[in-house]
Amino acid sequence: MNLSIGDRVRVRAGDPPGHIRTPYYLRGKEGVIVARWGEFRNPEELAYGKQGLPKRTLFLVRFRQCDVWPDFIGGAHDTVSADIYDHWLEQA
Amino acid sequence: MPGHDHHDHDHDHDHALDPHAAVTEEERREFELLERSIRELLIEKGVFTADDVRRVIDRAATRTPADGARVIARAWTDPAYKKRLIETPKEAVEELGYDLGPAEPNLVVLEQSERVHYVVVCTLCSCYPRVLLGPPPDWYKSVAYRARVVRDPRGVLQEFGTEIASDVEVRVVDSTADMRYLVLPQRPKGSERLNESELSRLVTRDCMVGVTFPDRP
Repeated sequence: MNLSIGDRVRVRAGDPPGHIRTPYYLRGKEGVIVARWGEFRNPEELAYGKQGLPKRTLFLVRFRQCDVWPDFIGGAHDTVSADIYDHWLEQA
Repeated sequence: MPGHDHHDHDHDHDHALDPHAAVTEEERREFELLERSIRELLIEKGVFTADDVRRVIDRAATRTPADGARVIARAWTDPAYKKRLIETPKEAVEELGYDLGPAEPNLVVLEQSERVHYVVVCTLCSCYPRVLLGPPPDWYKSVAYRARVVRDPRGVLQEFGTEIASDVEVRVVDSTADMRYLVLPQRPKGSERLNESELSRLVTRDCMVGVTFPDRP
């Protein structure tokens, strides 16, 4: 899957066990890729003494707060961003 | 910050299922015991010495927010440096004599403006730009801060005494992976005549996390 900056993406909604670096509160939420940080060994594998290969592409994804929390009380343009690996993202 | 008011998660607090569920005080004591047992066993087996452990902890504590403040003050006084700090943070920080080392996580600098206020958290654990600021403060690691700042950033900032105007965009950045975030605050008004070292004294640890503004001159 080729994702790039500006793409609208959805975070996978799964809840697998293990050393997952995708915060629970963002699963299933839609946001926009705002940065591409490059390729990193997969921490979900590294945590268990594996090689973490193939490497995963890490993106900074920005979410509108009101899309994450339906009852958000801050500003309409407030956002929350998180670093998310490509295997957790799908085109929205 | 108020005490540990447990946030309403929509899933079970069962660490067997979710290693990132909030840690209770009781669990924290268990983890401390576990850490000590493993450490003492490894020392006994000769994998490393107690002195090795001490040295690693010592090295981690050598960096302090004064190091980050130096970097910010340089960026405030030298526009070309600021540009390098934002575009190639690691190299720019190394210019000032800090060796970030190849194994360290990557540094990202978030520049605040009149329109955008950044605030940094690690909801999963306590990822923090230690290479530049030293160890994180206790509140940064607290469940209350981690759970609440992504949910109600303006409310949490208010508790730090930080009022963000309604037309300013609050951008929370959750450092979940291989990047570490440093906030580059705006240079305070009235600081025009200060030199770099005077400016660095206005740069507090908390403003480099984004929960406050730099001190006033």
